[in-house]
Amino acid sequence: MTVLVLMEHGDASMEALTLARKFGAEMHAVRMDAVQPFAPDAVAALLALVADHLNPSAVLAAGTDRGNDVMARLAARTGLPFAANCVVAEPGDQGSLTRLRWGDSLWEIARLNSPRPIITVAPHTFAIEDGPLPSEVDVTPFLTQLEDKDMLVRVSEHVAAAGGGVLLTEAKVVVSGGRGVGSKEGFAIIEELAGLLGGAVGCSRVVTSAGWRPHTDQVGQTGTKIAPDLYIACGISGATQHMAGCRNAKRILAINSDVEAPIMVNADYAVIGDLKEIVPAISAEIRKHLAVLAESPLPGGERA
Amino acid sequence: MKVLVCIKRVPFTGGKMVLAPDAMSLETKHLGFTISPHEECGVEEAVRLIESNKGESVVLTLGPLEAAEQLRDAMALGIDRAIHMQTDGSEWDAGATAAAIVEAIRADEAASGPFDLIFFGNESADSAGFQVGLRVARALDRPCATGLKRVVPADGSVRCEQEVEGGRDVYVLPLPAVVTVREGLNLPRYPSVPGRMRAARKPVATSTPARPKPRLELMRLAVPEGKGKSVQVLGTGPSAAPAVVEMLRKAGVL
Ligand SMILES: Cc1cc2nc3c(=O)[nH]c(=O)nc-3n(C[C@H](O)[C@H](O)[C@H](O)COP(=O)(O)OP(=O)(O)OC[C@H]3O[C@@H](n4cnc5c(N)ncnc54)[C@H](O)[C@@H]3O)c2cc1C
Ligand SMILES: Nc1ncnc2c1ncn2[C@@H]1O[C@H](COP(=O)(O)O)[C@@H](O)[C@H]1O
Repeated sequence: MTVLVLMEHGDASMEALTLARKFGAEMHAVRMDAVQPFAPDAVAALLALVADHLNPSAVLAAGTDRGNDVMARLAARTGLPFAANCVVAEPGDQGSLTRLRWGDSLWEIARLNSPRPIITVAPHTFAIEDGPLPSEVDVTPFLTQLEDKDMLVRVSEHVAAAGGGVLLTEAKVVVSGGRGVGSKEGFAIIEELAGLLGGAVGCSRVVTSAGWRPHTDQVGQTGTKIAPDLYIACGISGATQHMAGCRNAKRILAINSDVEAPIMVNADYAVIGDLKEIVPAISAEIRKHLAVLAESPLPGGERA
Repeated sequence: MKVLVCIKRVPFTGGKMVLAPDAMSLETKHLGFTISPHEECGVEEAVRLIESNKGESVVLTLGPLEAAEQLRDAMALGIDRAIHMQTDGSEWDAGATAAAIVEAIRADEAASGPFDLIFFGNESADSAGFQVGLRVARALDRPCATGLKRVVPADGSVRCEQEVEGGRDVYVLPLPAVVTVREGLNLPRYPSVPGRMRAARKPVATSTPARPKPRLELMRLAVPEGKGKSVQVLGTGPSAAPAVVEMLRKAGVL
């Protein structure tokens, strides 16, 4: 059996490959960067042409932004159904699969009624397994078959990010504030703690909707998804849509006045009480700790 | 300028997903309803475009009778009129949803002229199929860019900015076009009391399309098992600070 895979750089595509191997021993790949500058309709058109040629039993990609975009275009142009962000999929078996809904808070068990399943694989849900790699399709003969309108939607410019500060997605520690912080000014203590820990500031949607923080700080289903070593949630109730963004944190510390808050089910540690007292107290304690470290000479005479 | 926004009514779930007894939907007895934040930004953008360019903004949904509430919410923010394709509340897959929307768009355009710009959410809040907007664009033979954080129409085209690693990719599409947007596109306004009163009098066109056989067919829903964590309470109030620092040290973040 033949299977066609749309490949990008990064782990998500290796995870997709792990699932793709179930669909066929003969694997072929088209690269996401097969058309430069990136033109999603052109990549979808290439996939459709290659699929007509190789007749694969399924077409798979990683459930990244570009993966989901191009596969939806492929489905639309071929008139086939498309299942995004699958966590389970078996060939045959009447197209039975499991996919993510609501960020990753709910699973849908569904049947894909299609002669050629078009599937993306939810990132971070498959352990990458070693195995055979797909052979890359030589797309040169297909490129000439693209139509002008396939190139209409294309990247015409890239604007680099302003930079500065610790990136939310890369921070090892994220200190996040919710409605409990109370105001824009209230975030001073959150910023202070994040600064002491070399981390980034995050927030809940209530905070961005109120205009206290920019949307780039929002963690969750419609914000940023992060996986830091430590997530400190201050005055955040732990709605499923918020947890969809931070569930993959290694450890979660909840600071909340309500012992019954839903976040307690997902947290590893908790401090109960008013964050306006607790957060500054933690910052003060960290300063004390750092001062002691600076005072005590380490073995070998070096200073920390 | 004429613009359309497509929205979907979804339950406002809280801290926990609870399934209905047949596991085909969420238990919504005690829940309020809303639309995706992505779509809220689409509504806000459409209202702003018409405020500055004149013309007409329209909101469309395929959903149960109760979805009239979400259409009124959108009109309270400034959308001029609504199209409601009424269902019995059962699931429509993305392909069927897109086909119904295409038909409604064709009918509206035949009656009152073409939409310059059609807004979708990048993905719906509940089923998250990542495709209805792209399917509609394909059927209408219009260009579409997805996941946008900035949409600026000017002189027959629209500049679209998409967040990617390290910055933003820019697409410039000729109008008419379809765009799918993400939260962060703008900061939506809150509805005003006069806005709500005006919304009650704005027109809603209704129809009842037939539901085709689904091709991505929902069999049942399941709530993923949690990680089975049990929370360790480090203390109460500011006196817990030393215990927190101890934890930070052990975790290697200090
Ligand atoms: C489709 C959809 C997508 C969404 N996407 C996101 C998203 O991406 N990100 C997101 O965050 N939300 C998202 N939401 C919203 C989400 O459902 C919640 O409404 C939101 O996360 C709640 O924010 P919060 O926890 O700050 O506020 P609340 O739920 O109001 O919780 C405030 C918490 O603070 C505690 N508290 C109050 N005062 C104090 C104090 N002084 N000290 C300590 N604790 C205190 C309270 O006990 C409470 O637990 C989405 C919703 C929908 C429908
Ligand atoms: N039932 C519906 N009625 C109107 N618009 C919808 C409906 N379902 C989906 N959409 C639109 O299509 C977008 C993408 O949906 P999806 O493909 O399900 O992720 C949503 O954000 C909405 O803008």
